[in-house]
Amino acid sequence: MVTLTSPVPQRRRRKIWTESRVGLTMLIPGIVLIVVFMLIPFFYSVWLSLHVEIVGSNIPIRSVGLLFYRHLFTDPIFRGIFLKSLENNGIFALVVVPVQTGLAMFLAILVNRNGAFVKFCRTTFFLPVVFPMVLTSLIWKAILAPGPAGMLNAALRVVTFGHFTPQYWLGNVHLALPSIIVLSIWQGTGFQMVIFLAGLQGIPSSHYEAALIDGASRWHLFRDVTLPGLRNTTIFVVMVTTIFSLQVFDQVYLLTQGGPLNATSSVMYLAVSQAYVANNVGQGAAISVVLSFIILLLSLIQRQVLRERVD
Amino acid sequence: MSEIVLRDVSKIYDNGYHAIHNIDLEVKEGEFMVVVGPSGCGKSTLLRMVAGLETISDGEISIGGEVVNDLTPGERDLAMVFQNYALYPHMTVEKNIGYSLRLRKLPKEEIKRRVAEAAEILSLTEYLSQRPGRLSGGQRQRVAMGRAIVREPKAFLMDEPLSNLDAKLRVQMRSEILQIQRRVGVATLYVTHDQVEAMTMGDRVTVLRAGVLQQCDTAQALYDRPRNVFVASFVGSPSMNLLYAELGPDGTSLRVGSQNLEVPDTLFAQRPNLRAYLGRELVVGIRPEDLTMAGDGQTLVGRVGHIEALGSELIVHFGLDARNYVVEDKGGSAEEAEELLEETALTQHVRNVARVAPRSSVVTGDQVPFRVSMERAHFFDLASGNAIW
Repeated sequence: MVTLTSPVPQRRRRKIWTESRVGLTMLIPGIVLIVVFMLIPFFYSVWLSLHVEIVGSNIPIRSVGLLFYRHLFTDPIFRGIFLKSLENNGIFALVVVPVQTGLAMFLAILVNRNGAFVKFCRTTFFLPVVFPMVLTSLIWKAILAPGPAGMLNAALRVVTFGHFTPQYWLGNVHLALPSIIVLSIWQGTGFQMVIFLAGLQGIPSSHYEAALIDGASRWHLFRDVTLPGLRNTTIFVVMVTTIFSLQVFDQVYLLTQGGPLNATSSVMYLAVSQAYVANNVGQGAAISVVLSFIILLLSLIQRQVLRERVD
Repeated sequence: MSEIVLRDVSKIYDNGYHAIHNIDLEVKEGEFMVVVGPSGCGKSTLLRMVAGLETISDGEISIGGEVVNDLTPGERDLAMVFQNYALYPHMTVEKNIGYSLRLRKLPKEEIKRRVAEAAEILSLTEYLSQRPGRLSGGQRQRVAMGRAIVREPKAFLMDEPLSNLDAKLRVQMRSEILQIQRRVGVATLYVTHDQVEAMTMGDRVTVLRAGVLQQCDTAQALYDRPRNVFVASFVGSPSMNLLYAELGPDGTSLRVGSQNLEVPDTLFAQRPNLRAYLGRELVVGIRPEDLTMAGDGQTLVGRVGHIEALGSELIVHFGLDARNYVVEDKGGSAEEAEELLEETALTQHVRNVARVAPRSSVVTGDQVPFRVSMERAHFFDLASGNAIW
């Protein structure tokens, strides 16, 4: 029999073990949360997307393989709705990401100073973030209400001296998605402004001072100090906004239910309405799995293209 | 090339804080002027006022004969080196150095030539295409210097440029900065809290305390003839021993605690004003190197505490039964002040220091006579703290 002796002394080994045990113990709450709220639901979705379950009936659950996935791309009607939703998400992201990021940066620079009025503005810009989406949607429903009594219609009538024809903002195929986009930007900009504010605070004042002494103008300061200093913040904001854009649901559900004619349907909305309205849980699950992979893929691509820099 | 002149310059902040009190200062063409003082003494504010990064409340600053009070920092044609170097992280070393030239829209060829020249002087040529993030502290420091010299400015301003470097590199960079300054020959205002740095680098040194200029002179003059007790204690390391003492009514003896020192007549010739202090209490200052263990003459007997053997000499801490005069607000950084306080609490009466020859036979706990060179002692007025000459 061969006896193995360890090169690490007994006591030291015990110490390492104790330390890693403490570390692991501390990790447990985090791991439990991730497993319970992320991993289990995800794999359950995958399982659901491969099975048929008629909720509330006693028909036994049965496996259908990739039926629901095939459905997405081959079913003549369903395919149309799915692709339209995907397209809406694409348009939504293409508009919201740059506009919201730019606007948030602009507002952050505007309010990145002291003073009572500035503080008031800062709070005001952030306010929509703390409103629940349900409340926001109710307010915007009133703003975008059809007919001459709708707030936006009435206001536009006043400023155009009555020349403006009242629009059915949420009921018009061409106006519904833009309306939702505007509302989303209004709601989301404040949060990103705060992130940009934090980024601005991280730029050392000596960088501005050095540039000033070198004879830089305001524009130079922005181009050569502020903008590069916000690089990592911007990358973060762009990635997060992209992910949010692909997951847009609340506004659609509360304001238009995907209508008119699927003009505002989003992939997330489609998934939820399939699962809970059409009682087609497997189909809903399949859509959310596909969406997860799309988001994962886009995030990976963005990460490759926009590398953060550590200085 | 030009000189920097401050005339009666004051700074009062909006909240009423009086940071700088009526300062007159002149940095001559090509001169290396160091402003030194404890943290919070206003030295950085002074520098930033010259740079135009702070407004001045009163007085006049001129550079090269031109009053610059109302000029923007960019219009003053100065170069400044910051404590954290303030290099642009997204630009290469080459772009960093050439930034000011690009702002001034100089021809590309000339920018390239001047950047290359600066890089050559600072041995940065091989790093030109790298970003500052990849450089060591010393290299970043050089890039910051490069950014300053490439401008060929009217004057250099440096705000504690060496305090982020480790001790060894700091000593090396001191001489590098001096060499470059000599080479460029531009008036330089250099701020530091480190009195050793100030003494070793400055053609002249200005000591600042609580926004008030204490003394401006060469390092040797500050050391030999400090104008007041603050300068005396701030300049020199270890710092001067300061003790309460009483001059005898006939002027032949000085009472320090329970001990008496004979006062030579020559002292009154050197310091005529000392006669006014006959029979009065004053502060006597003795530099650590003016206390020796060998030879005969006047001695002060003290109890030896801690001994630091530095090889070339021994730093002997000892206690006397005389009261020590404490200069407030003397320390460098906040941590140093804290350290000093702790040290004081620990050693109680062991607050005096002598620098004696190495291998002297001295043991902790001994009662040792320290020979005092009276003709090299300093005397200060108790109330004003001013030197008595």
